[in-house]
Amino acid sequence: MENQFEFSPRLKKISFGLMAVGIIALIIGVIGVFGAQGDEAHHIASNRLWSNILINGFFFFGLSIIGTFFLSIQYAAEAAWATTLKRILEAVSSYVPMGGVVLILVFAAGSLHFHHLYHWMDPEVFDVDSPKYDAIIAAKEAYLNLPFFWFRTLLYLGVWTFFTHRFRKRSLLEDQEGGTNLHFKNVRDAAIFLVFFGYTSSTASWDWIMSIDTHWYSTLFGWYVLSGMWISSLVVVSLLIIYLQSIGKLKSINANHMHDLGKWIFAISFLWTYLFFSQFMLIWYSNIPEETTYFIARITEYPILYWGMFASNFLVPMLFLMDRDNKRNKTFVVVVGLIVLIGHWMDTYLLITPGTMKDHSHIGFLEIGMALGFVGMFSYVVLNSLANRPLMVEKHPYLNESLHHEIH
Amino acid sequence: MSGGKKIYGLYNDDDILKQGASVLVNNGVNISTTYSPFPIHGIEKIIGMKWTRLAIVAFMFGITGTMLALLGMGYFMIMDWPMNIGGKPSFDLYQNLPAFIPVTFEFTVLCAAHCMAITYLIRNKTFPGSKARNPHPRTTDDHFAIEVLMDDNLKYSDDKIHMMLKETGTVETFEK
Repeated sequence: MENQFEFSPRLKKISFGLMAVGIIALIIGVIGVFGAQGDEAHHIASNRLWSNILINGFFFFGLSIIGTFFLSIQYAAEAAWATTLKRILEAVSSYVPMGGVVLILVFAAGSLHFHHLYHWMDPEVFDVDSPKYDAIIAAKEAYLNLPFFWFRTLLYLGVWTFFTHRFRKRSLLEDQEGGTNLHFKNVRDAAIFLVFFGYTSSTASWDWIMSIDTHWYSTLFGWYVLSGMWISSLVVVSLLIIYLQSIGKLKSINANHMHDLGKWIFAISFLWTYLFFSQFMLIWYSNIPEETTYFIARITEYPILYWGMFASNFLVPMLFLMDRDNKRNKTFVVVVGLIVLIGHWMDTYLLITPGTMKDHSHIGFLEIGMALGFVGMFSYVVLNSLANRPLMVEKHPYLNESLHHEIH
Repeated sequence: MSGGKKIYGLYNDDDILKQGASVLVNNGVNISTTYSPFPIHGIEKIIGMKWTRLAIVAFMFGITGTMLALLGMGYFMIMDWPMNIGGKPSFDLYQNLPAFIPVTFEFTVLCAAHCMAITYLIRNKTFPGSKARNPHPRTTDDHFAIEVLMDDNLKYSDDKIHMMLKETGTVETFEK
């Protein structure tokens, strides 16, 4: 039974408990919306509720689609080391359809004007005669209009889910068939997916997140969001492996695999920092008012969160994962991983709330409860799909090489 | 390194060397090092090489580079000849810090990389014009050598070491 994970009733209870907390937070949010007195308060309460669904919906969707993305990198590079982690990556990506539904819910509510997270979804900003007319947004109408937005959103979600599903299905099939036939099909599909994802990961983050601050734009925004999701996903994979090993599973993943995962976390935290700083420095240097408002809103209204997330996303992994022995030390990886995960949740929070709520936002029960609810939902889906299949692939052509993976 | 007698066993295959090294270590022989045209994976565990401390020194050089760069930028751009950076004449190191980060980063890498390479060469006593110290010219080509320092293996006689080396499949053994 070493190769099979059982989703124990205790774990199920914990996931359902977390989901219950999330539902209580949701109910409190809904009561807040209906109980709000006056238009202004109603607007703030409704944006707060929907912002939170978007923050968590995007955060967990993002880190699960990175499971497919990371798997594709391993296929396309024909890398052997990650073969033992394959099922974990697939389990993380099994949340993609569910996460997509949550995102669609948020966008549908926006399109039907239940909330005003996306200023451009209001048709009056495009109307020259309306008092709400906004020349800058109107100039973007060719791209930012509802039909095209929905076409793109459904295209991203559809194609990403398609590839995720395909890799997962072939993975089980390979266990029966063996050989290299399916493997090379995966290599080819991974290359196609990577090209598609390379473009659409950028445009998706423009559509879903950057368009909240409709006047503002940054070309490297897509990579910034992608790198944040990437490191969060790697952390979740590491935490899952460490948990599974603590209950006596996955013995074939050894310190060398964990060392490589640690290197990935370390490297991607630098990639994220590089993009964070590049975006900041260019805007700081040129000092154009339209661009600087983005950072002024974040740094002046949310200084503790902003610099806090910078410290936990850059300084903590840099200082504590630099040493070789720390990357191989499970306690270090768990502690640093949790700090980084919370840091990137705060980063996602700051991508969205300053745009949707200006300075009215604060982290209260609604925010934390909603995040815990999503943790429950995410872990239920992921653990459930882990329990549905063996933890280790059996006939992958690179399995033997991965089992003997050794690095210094 | 010491002045004592050194005995070498020469092999024509790195796998035979690895097996031979395991046999010798199991018999209590201290192997000081091996010479090979390419890295032999796993040999450091067999002969019990100490883990390198080069990474620690690289970190210290890196930090030195960071501080030197910031000191330099503060002196050149703020104190000695105050610059108006990006139309923001604050004349303050902290206020202008984003402009100095790329330079600081580059200088950190430069310091760490160069000083690490120099430290490595000094530690190995490799200087310009140094004579090659490998025991046999063919260890840079297609042969592999085990080095046994007699000062580390006082319980064995020279002949015994020669014999033990030969038993592991050496091409030849010799002394220096």
